Amino acid sequence: MTGAAAWLLSDSPGSRGQARLGGLYRRWRLFAGNRLAMAGLAIVVALVLVAALAPVLAPYSPTAQDLGQRLLPPGPAHWLGTDELGRDILSRIVHGSRITLYIVSLVAVIVAPLGLLVGTVAGYYGGWIDAALMRVTDVFLAFPKLILALALVAALGPGLENVIVAIAVTAWPPYARVARAETITVRGADFIAAARMLGASRMRVVATHIAPLCASSVVVRLTLDMAGIILTAAGLGFLGLGAQPPLAEWGAMVAAGRQFLVDQWWVATVPGIAIFAVSLGFNLVGDGLRDALDPKADRGTAPRGGA
Amino acid sequence: MTGRSMTGRSMTPVPPARPPVAPLLAVEDLHVRFPGPGGAVEAVRGVSFTLKREKLGIVGESGSGKSTLGRAILRLVPPPGEVRAKRLELLGTELSDLSEEEMREFRGRHVSMILQDPGFSLNPVMTVGAQIAEAWQTHTGHSWKKSRRRVLAMLQAVRIRDPERVFDAYAHELSGGMSQRAMIAMMLITEPDLLIADEPTSALDVTVQTQVLAILDELVSRRGMGLIFISHDLGLVASFCDRVLVMYGGRIIESCPAAELDNATHPYTRGLLAAQPTLERAGGRLPVMERDPAWLAEADTGPGR
Amino acid sequence: MTGAAMIEVRDLTVTFGPRGKPTPAVEGVSFQVGAGEAFGLVGESGSGKTTVLRALAGLIPAWRGRIAIAGQDRNTRNVNGLARTLQMVFQDPYGSLHPRHTVDWALMEPLAIHGFDGTARRVARALSDVGLGPAFRFRYPHQLSGGQRQRVAIARALILEPRILLLDEPTSALDVSVQAEILNLLSDLKRARGLTYVLVSHDLAVVAHVCERLAVVTEGRIVEEMTAAQLRAGEARHPYTRQLLESRRGYSRPATASAGTGAD
Repeated sequence: MTGAAAWLLSDSPGSRGQARLGGLYRRWRLFAGNRLAMAGLAIVVALVLVAALAPVLAPYSPTAQDLGQRLLPPGPAHWLGTDELGRDILSRIVHGSRITLYIVSLVAVIVAPLGLLVGTVAGYYGGWIDAALMRVTDVFLAFPKLILALALVAALGPGLENVIVAIAVTAWPPYARVARAETITVRGADFIAAARMLGASRMRVVATHIAPLCASSVVVRLTLDMAGIILTAAGLGFLGLGAQPPLAEWGAMVAAGRQFLVDQWWVATVPGIAIFAVSLGFNLVGDGLRDALDPKADRGTAPRGGA
Repeated sequence: MTGRSMTGRSMTPVPPARPPVAPLLAVEDLHVRFPGPGGAVEAVRGVSFTLKREKLGIVGESGSGKSTLGRAILRLVPPPGEVRAKRLELLGTELSDLSEEEMREFRGRHVSMILQDPGFSLNPVMTVGAQIAEAWQTHTGHSWKKSRRRVLAMLQAVRIRDPERVFDAYAHELSGGMSQRAMIAMMLITEPDLLIADEPTSALDVTVQTQVLAILDELVSRRGMGLIFISHDLGLVASFCDRVLVMYGGRIIESCPAAELDNATHPYTRGLLAAQPTLERAGGRLPVMERDPAWLAEADTGPGR
Repeated sequence: MTGAAMIEVRDLTVTFGPRGKPTPAVEGVSFQVGAGEAFGLVGESGSGKTTVLRALAGLIPAWRGRIAIAGQDRNTRNVNGLARTLQMVFQDPYGSLHPRHTVDWALMEPLAIHGFDGTARRVARALSDVGLGPAFRFRYPHQLSGGQRQRVAIARALILEPRILLLDEPTSALDVSVQAEILNLLSDLKRARGLTYVLVSHDLAVVAHVCERLAVVTEGRIVEEMTAAQLRAGEARHPYTRQLLESRRGYSRPATASAGTGAD
């Protein structure tokens, strides 16, 4: 074991920072021990890198049309072929990764805190607050997600930002449910009673004692849902309600390529594969996180012996 | 207290109903290791003892290896735990030689185990009677009707007052003491030769505890069953068992007749006895045990007697 | 009893269950505890002893009767107001510490809530007072043994310098040798700080060891109240108390069992 690892795994950390880093490192070791999760992480990291370096990586402009070069099969000039307007598909995929990343990260930033807040407050306060919040949640859950998102985008008008709003509005209720269920299991714990007796207000208990315990299941659920979010965005894009042309959005690319599926299969298939790969990556990361963030995993290293 | 336990066992260590036989159970140099990321943990480190048709108490604190030992005898140590022994012989059969299938058969017929928490040991979606009947049927192949009669008799034997009601009840409908007794009935219906009881009474109230112990006591003296009674409660073991093994750090560090536990010689046993608050001694400080690392290195005292 | 009453409980009744058919958990319990005194509640599981303690702690929303703490009536709402007067140590050392909070956080938080100064110094002292060195300060609960967790729980309960400590079976989940250490720690702290204890336990010997006075609780009622000296002298009168005392002597073969089976 190297010096740094020993320092991180020390059983008597010398500072708050060391304790926190040690906790993170322990979880990372659990995560890194899972090969599939690491494969998923590699895909997600690749997506981020491709999005960051899009202008450098893309051989052509994603919007440059060349009608003389339309519907070319994959070849040395265009590795993944060209579409019906002669645009390089590889360049469009590379630039499209930015849009995908933009959608999933914005949705995550809205959905996770919102679901966590609603769920923990409902679960901890109980009574009429719980009843009111959960009925609102039920109303959202009662509609099929895609239909509700469709209706919202139709009302707000097509466009990327509206897609994000629509997905976020339809995606938070399950998170509230997860957080509420988790809250109810810890609500009666002695450490919550102790915190109350020490003078912690209810809001403080929710924020510093309950939310950290529910956060891990929300994060896991979020990574598992990423695939669904990408697919919903792609679905809306496919229906022409998402990113508007000439933006290179993967779902819209599949939609456009569908009419050439028989003769020019690559136009629709390549963006389809991209959607599939990224969804798979997030799913694998989610599975790995579920194991690594499991609070029960903390108990493995308890020292033995007396006081 | 000493007077009673003397009359309880001194005359007839082997009941007259059965001819005196070789030890019921002989364990020699038993080791249990759990491989882990930070190296293997050896929970039991070279334990040897023999058991006749008697009540043998095994006491120790958490982490002493007493529960693991109980499971190792039944070959119930969960993977990745590894059990190794020079000899692990029950009724003249070397258990290490049996296949998994044969062991299951052997376990059901000759050995049973009672665990601490009855709530987790009974199946929640099956009536108590059906569970006990199932245990009986798998070993005898008797009809349902015959089994029912037999189960009701068994429930009566563990002093359940209305066996008919308990037969048709689910585990959650019974009190703790009641389900622990139902559990005992299930474990005993196959008339095992050896019963391993891991803290069978520590979740029970004192009144129920006495009843459960009386049932176990009777089974040993009447049927000539061997009993291994695993507990952290020195006083209880001293008054209930015939012989006591004290475990520390995966080894047996002391072995003595239960009635003489008060005169134990090992500093650990003495420390445990002294650390217990008593009604006789008023207030003041309790002696705190200084654990000597040498205790872990000491050679096993060998088969107790 | 020494000094003025620190805790006064009169006719405490707690009922649980559905509104239609409430079942009483505690019925008409009354007792007083003087300042600096240790008072024990002995009984078996389900006797209602822990319910009495939780009512004192303000952790039960509805009860009837009167509870006065340090001369101040406790109503069902002022949980926070008494934080600096009364604290509690729970039974299960594995459930009373937040699994994601370090020892440091557990001790700092109450100080922050109540605006104490010199927090780092107070935390270090609280740890050394319960026999834990500075090496324990930044550990998570999973890095502590059961006894060490219970010491942290005691340190947390004492960090606001309360006058009363409620102890709910503080040693029943611990090994005998660790129990001895914790009981010694509790007597040292009581002597050094003049604390008032209410100790709930199923173990007569533990209660007699720590407390000067005790009450025996069964089926939600106090059946007998006496001093520990009286208990030691064998002056218990109530049959239930005598039964508890009898069970302490360990197992004795019931006469009926041997007679009925004809064993021996």
